[in-house]
Amino acid sequence: MTDKSHDPNQMTGAAMIVRALRDHGVQHLFGYPGGAVLPIYDEIFQQSEVEHILVRHEQGAGHAAEGYARSTGKPGVVLVTSGPGATNMVTPLTDALMDSIPLVCITGQVPTHLIGNDAFQECDTVGITRPCTKHNWLVRDVNDLAKVLHEAFYVATTGRPGPVLVDVPKDVQFAVGTYHPPRKSDVHVSYTPRVKGDATQIRKALSLLASAKRPVIYSGGGVINAGPEASKLLRELVEATGFPITSTLMGLGAYPASGKNWLGMLGMHGTYEANMAMHDCDVMLCIGARFDDRITGRVDAFSPGSKKIHIDIDPSSINKNIRVDVPIIGDAANVMGDLLQVFKAEAKKPDIKAWWQEIAKWRARNSLAYKKNNDIILPQYAIERLFEATRGRDTYITTEVGQHQMWAAQFYGFEEPHRWMTSGGLGTMGYGLPAALGVQVAHPDSLVIDIAGDASVQMTMQEMSTAVQYELPIKIFILNNQYMGMVRQWQQLLHGNRLSHSYSEALPDFVKLADAFGCVGLQALKPSDLDGAIKEMISVKRPVLFDCRVAALENCFPMIPSGKAHNEMLLPAEATDEATAAAFAGGKALV
Amino acid sequence: MNQPASAYFLEERHDPNETHTLSVLVQNEPGVLARVIGLFSGRGYNIDSLTVSETESQKHLSRITIVTTGTPMVIEQIKHQLDRMVPVYRVVDMTITGRSIERELAMVKVRGGGDHRVEALRLADAFRARVIDATTESFVFEITGNSTKISQFIDLMRPLGLVEVARTGVAAIGRGPEGM
Repeated sequence: MTDKSHDPNQMTGAAMIVRALRDHGVQHLFGYPGGAVLPIYDEIFQQSEVEHILVRHEQGAGHAAEGYARSTGKPGVVLVTSGPGATNMVTPLTDALMDSIPLVCITGQVPTHLIGNDAFQECDTVGITRPCTKHNWLVRDVNDLAKVLHEAFYVATTGRPGPVLVDVPKDVQFAVGTYHPPRKSDVHVSYTPRVKGDATQIRKALSLLASAKRPVIYSGGGVINAGPEASKLLRELVEATGFPITSTLMGLGAYPASGKNWLGMLGMHGTYEANMAMHDCDVMLCIGARFDDRITGRVDAFSPGSKKIHIDIDPSSINKNIRVDVPIIGDAANVMGDLLQVFKAEAKKPDIKAWWQEIAKWRARNSLAYKKNNDIILPQYAIERLFEATRGRDTYITTEVGQHQMWAAQFYGFEEPHRWMTSGGLGTMGYGLPAALGVQVAHPDSLVIDIAGDASVQMTMQEMSTAVQYELPIKIFILNNQYMGMVRQWQQLLHGNRLSHSYSEALPDFVKLADAFGCVGLQALKPSDLDGAIKEMISVKRPVLFDCRVAALENCFPMIPSGKAHNEMLLPAEATDEATAAAFAGGKALV
Repeated sequence: MNQPASAYFLEERHDPNETHTLSVLVQNEPGVLARVIGLFSGRGYNIDSLTVSETESQKHLSRITIVTTGTPMVIEQIKHQLDRMVPVYRVVDMTITGRSIERELAMVKVRGGGDHRVEALRLADAFRARVIDATTESFVFEITGNSTKISQFIDLMRPLGLVEVARTGVAAIGRGPEGM
């Protein structure tokens, strides 16, 4: 008879969880304790390989893990308790699902015999999170736990990445069972994401690309998710073809903003040249983007004359919003590698000089221009100065959601992938501050800046306390216009300037607030304050709340107005009150 | 006509709807049906009929048959969305393959006497429905066939004292020697 007490693989469920984290190379985990996860916290206490970061609200843990994942390419891991711990994770899980961020969330659950009894802090976690995870599991038997945890990591990080959740009842955490290290058979045989693109489809794409007269490459977050290799291949592909390239909000940095083929971001607040190129192109190569409604504008007028090639790892992204001619299902890096190989072997750079000349005319419209002001800080100017001050440094940028997010995307030049963390799909106000925490945990010596708005930042402000506790010197650069700026902008443009509840009355004094948190408060009131204050923000090795007072009523342009197509953008120079009113007249619906 | 100002593109496309029967082979595990149904409700797809049962208990496989209606683009989406779920093995569009047999079973309770009772029996015979329960004032008929035939039979029973109906929903299988 074997003595089970000496078998090193015999352990409690709680021990298995910590062991599995180690086996998957997890170094940091974000969480908040509570009744239903105490056995796991007890295990965490007794080891030092996995460092736990205590947040102030579970949502903060989720977004921190997203920032961690987005900036490293590794899965972000979260540990929260049952009931409210789990429901507070719904926003970050949904956010991660929309933006394809690999998260592994472990939740405690009430003991199995109490499930369904409305026990204290019980909720139907797997039921609530089923639509906001890629997959989730309730583990009722400790002997299934190892398998489920390994599968969870595999599912989160392979195929189209996404959040997964493992719900572990407290009695399962206490129970003793057999652990095993990760192995292939842990994964459902039905789960087989496709990585390699179909060769016939790649050939079809090649012939379209080789004969293109007015091509454009439209890349997205999928290129970032496919790892640094994908960004490298994208740059090679642009170089080999000589094609112009634009990108979605999520894809910024895959191709450098300083690159000569860069058109800027596309979509609702994208550049004129990017949107015009999308509209007038004859061949569109979409890589790891999903034709989101903020990108396409009016779908029936979207790029009417083009043949569309779409590379995506998720078959359900194909033909969802826009019909494409050549779908290629596979990993962006893998498919680009194959495509590049055949292109280099068989095609030569198409002559698209005339197309570049046309693009140059659109560029000359200078769609990001804004009127300079010597008395008031314009938000665009603030971002430009921030960009100048941080250029060449090892910098990571996160954002909240709203006007400041769009200005950051327009005016901050991203040179590398994994440097830009923003909530694109879900549009979660309050994402940026905790995301910055996660980034700083992963990159302790880098400069991590959350470009924030005064409204968004208050949604997760409590996490400044986490930053202070762990000495994470994140910089919260608040473009403070005392409004929910994007809401106000839409109210002005679409709702007769009736500014219903979009004014931030009773804003806190951010400098005093910084003091209360024990971090550094800085303020810039006029343009001449800006450079000095930014310099100070960068040099201070502590968390900073930077109150940058900007013009209150500035609008974010250029913009594709209501129900309009890419070639009907409203440019800032033309956005007089009359023109704006006319463009939005009848408000046919889009924004 | 002007639509109200909105943050979204409001005009819907008006492609004609099609009805498709999908066979979905899934791992039979807790929550799998909720996942499938949740996908349909969450994304606003229609379910005209849904049947599910374990078909291979050794391998823990269940087969779900879904009849759904939507534009061709929506039908394609539904198939891809189902297929990418972790516990889903295969999704086959029985309508596109065109070589499938669809059957549904219904139990139909009719109450009445005299001529109505005689007429109900006569029609049941014509539809090859079997009597599976009888009292002096009622019958329960069991009828199998495609959904149109069953609906027809139910319509005919209505004036003859139809009390209630239980239908299983559609099960579908491909013709010929191959499995799905």
